[in-house]
Amino acid sequence: MDVGLLLSDVVTLVVVIVAVPAVLAGYIIFGEYLVRLFPDRIRGGVRPWIWVGPALLFVAGYLVFPTIATVIQSFENAAGNWVGLHNYAVQLGNFPNGGAWIAIRNNVLWLVLYTLLVLFFGLLLAVIFDRVPYESIVKSLIFMPMAISSVALGVIWKFMYTYQPPDTPQTGTMNAVVVNLFHLQPITWLSDPNVNNYALITAGIWGIVGFSMVILSAALKGIPTDLLEAARVDGAGEITIFRRIIFPLMMPTVVVVGTTLVIFALKAFDIVYVMTAGNFGTDVLANRMYKLLFQAGNPGGASAVAVVLLLAVVPVLIFNLRQFQAVESRR
Amino acid sequence: MQVSAEAAAPTNAKADRITPVSILERFQGVVLHVAVILLTVMWMIPALGLLISSFRPFTDIAHTGWWVALSPPFHFTLDNYAQVLKEQGLVHSLFNSFMISIPATIIPVTVAAFAAYAFSWMKFPGRNFLFLALVGLLAVPLQLSFIPVLSAYVKIGLTPNNWGFVGVWLAHTGYGLPFSVYLLANFFRALPSDLFESAEIDGAGTLTVFFRIVLPLSVPAIASLVIFQFLWIWNDLLVALIYVGGSESVAPVTVQLANLTNSLGQGYNLLTAAAFLSMIIPLIVFVSLQRYFVRGILAGSVKG
Repeated sequence: MDVGLLLSDVVTLVVVIVAVPAVLAGYIIFGEYLVRLFPDRIRGGVRPWIWVGPALLFVAGYLVFPTIATVIQSFENAAGNWVGLHNYAVQLGNFPNGGAWIAIRNNVLWLVLYTLLVLFFGLLLAVIFDRVPYESIVKSLIFMPMAISSVALGVIWKFMYTYQPPDTPQTGTMNAVVVNLFHLQPITWLSDPNVNNYALITAGIWGIVGFSMVILSAALKGIPTDLLEAARVDGAGEITIFRRIIFPLMMPTVVVVGTTLVIFALKAFDIVYVMTAGNFGTDVLANRMYKLLFQAGNPGGASAVAVVLLLAVVPVLIFNLRQFQAVESRR
Repeated sequence: MQVSAEAAAPTNAKADRITPVSILERFQGVVLHVAVILLTVMWMIPALGLLISSFRPFTDIAHTGWWVALSPPFHFTLDNYAQVLKEQGLVHSLFNSFMISIPATIIPVTVAAFAAYAFSWMKFPGRNFLFLALVGLLAVPLQLSFIPVLSAYVKIGLTPNNWGFVGVWLAHTGYGLPFSVYLLANFFRALPSDLFESAEIDGAGTLTVFFRIVLPLSVPAIASLVIFQFLWIWNDLLVALIYVGGSESVAPVTVQLANLTNSLGQGYNLLTAAAFLSMIIPLIVFVSLQRYFVRGILAGSVKG
């Protein structure tokens, strides 16, 4: 470890930390100075553009124009010539096992299982944790996996799924349970196409239940307690209260969390990349796009896959935003 | 509200008699606590396995489960950590993570604060449309942006060799703005308008109002955003892979860990140590500032 190099790097970091805010503050101060050069009447019309300008430029340059460019590129081949729907035909051809269909099938699997199970566990944990005095401690513990990167999560779960040949001691937690508790043969969790998608989805679920639990718990606590008290006084059992009062009142939040989870599921990349690199039938769209671009040198195909992803995500997001507005306006 | 506490706290009359109902209530109370604790412990097992394994020598990990390490004889060692820090480039990648995350947090938060202030308290044509469009861009899967931006970067020479991390800072800014503007604008809009009126009467200019009034009042929202953004960038793999690449000199800790997963294969003694090292900073930030992080999540569950 070259200490000299490290020190000079640290200096760079400090310079950057100081310089960046200074430059930005300088921009807005200079901008205000420019605005003052205008006659009083016009100032109010000019000023907003100085303030929103940088944001608009960034967003145009990094989101708007690239999206348009990618959509255009999906109609071109690697040499830049127009090929119409050829890339789409290649990616979406040969249903059910060719092109992107395995990835699409897996994304649907993620979409359904991941979303439903995360909602289920989030709701379950929110409800039962609500009733214990040490609620905040256990909630923090469940929430902690959200702090770590998907790469670290991938390592944790790859380790959980370790396979040792039969008749040797198992070192992976899952196979230890399978062999020692259930007396079955150890399972190759990550390479067996019958189980590996579920193995990956389980890892994903572990990482995000905290997110759903926190939001659902906040919604749960927003239910007026008099409502629940009145029901109990009337003799309603806990399960009835949950089914008839709690769950319906939480429905808007459940929908918002659910649609957010669908979007996460559609974009799943890190976990698949780290644990299986998309092999053994675990490919997902985001992974396929990465491979087409960087390993196959096929930017047209990669763009086509990205557009498919966009078409899947946009309706969900619009629905999500509408639901979110509905929940917000109710506050 | 603790329902079971109410249900299980018997009135004096009930406590005198052991009735089937009170036994059932006690039982339900116990079942509840058992369920909660069991679930929490089970939830911690994957991370626990990682932590314990990172202190075990390679031969132990290859032949026995991590739970074996919990009983004597104890074979714990710090060698894995030493090796991973010295030989596997983890120190440098941790530094790279800071070099990427800190500016890539400062820039979008600042730019978003400027824009959010304008969207909340200035009038201009197209304000509502532009705001909705900006926030709506949350829909765009980042995958759509990589290829054109990357080719543009190559064309103008904005590569890690020439400009270091500037490319990835700017990219993270662009990607982080929709959520940041949304979060801050919601907060700014909720500030009482008398604040601005009295400031105007006192003759305060826009800059004074922004730096002396709005920003100090917005510290909780800005803190939430900073933490959220920092953690998101620190833990990011894909954007770093695309704009910075995988070579060791520039790789942040996530990319380096991903590389190690490929090169070390079954070397779980080193992998677990490396993974845990990558987790320390986010865990510290998270545990100490959890309040703000949760607030950030509750404010907008739409960040993708």
